[in-house]
Amino acid sequence: MFRSIVFSAVVVGIVSGIAVSLMQMVGTTPLILSAETYESAGSAGHDHAQAAAAPVAVPPATEKAVPHVHAAGTAPHEHADGHGQEAHDHGGHDHGDGWAPADGLERLSYTAAANILTAIGYALVLCGLLSVAIQGGLAKTIDWRTGLFFGLAGFSSVMLAPMVGLPPELPGSPAGDLGARQIWWLSTAFATALGIALLAFRRDGFSAVAAIALIAAPHVIGAPLPPDGEHALAPLGLERQFIVAATLTSLVFWALLGSLSGLLMKRFEAAR
Amino acid sequence: MSIQTSVAGTSAKSTSMLQAVFAAALGLFIVGFVGFSHAEAVHNAAHDTRHANAFPCH
Repeated sequence: MFRSIVFSAVVVGIVSGIAVSLMQMVGTTPLILSAETYESAGSAGHDHAQAAAAPVAVPPATEKAVPHVHAAGTAPHEHADGHGQEAHDHGGHDHGDGWAPADGLERLSYTAAANILTAIGYALVLCGLLSVAIQGGLAKTIDWRTGLFFGLAGFSSVMLAPMVGLPPELPGSPAGDLGARQIWWLSTAFATALGIALLAFRRDGFSAVAAIALIAAPHVIGAPLPPDGEHALAPLGLERQFIVAATLTSLVFWALLGSLSGLLMKRFEAAR
Repeated sequence: MSIQTSVAGTSAKSTSMLQAVFAAALGLFIVGFVGFSHAEAVHNAAHDTRHANAFPCH
């Protein structure tokens, strides 16, 4: 059983991972690259502001480097503080001195590899759960359609639910503590998946109430918020485009991952 | 005899169930490594994947 699940998941993961990489090349990646130009401009502006050590006014160079609009009443020192935090955060994480793939083909290759690995991981979960469902008598048959619905449940659990509190972000977006956000993200995905499973496989009223409570709870508790007074470096329009592109890519990815998982697992069920 | 057969059948079934659960756990481990590892090289290599999947990043 383990080998047939792994084999299915690897095939499904490679196909879906390549498909999602192609979708990203025209969807999310150009938006990420475009946001990074604002991000590096923002960091440069911050350094300048610190060198000047003047909290009263933002040097004109910063305004030029970061072309975003301010409300008329925004205090200039707030702006400088915001960038101080932002650039500080980045120094510790992605723009450190550590290795990173070079832009262009190398970066695209690493992204594709990461996509395929992620897809194999998610496919293992889907195929494993499909197998549990059929063995436990929760599902009568496995076919592409069963797989599709499992995939859509996955899309709801790891994309739709977490993005209510933590929307897909472009580089240079302000955000709360990374560890806290990861814990919230994972808890939300698990609680939502459990809620959907209860709704799908249990028919009593109590389970339905528990399911809705499970799905709602992470949002009642609330996702870690970005610090006050900070704002994204990229324009709002770019951010919105990114959310749409990421969500649509994920929808197609999960539909493909689910239905292919169902199709391959059906072959193995039939062969057994 | 019939009891023995049934015990063997149950254990084969639970082994098969366990294998399916183990496969799912392995999948979660892989996603966790690619999407949630704090190691800088892993973060930088999987950067665009993390952003596109709305994994918390930075």
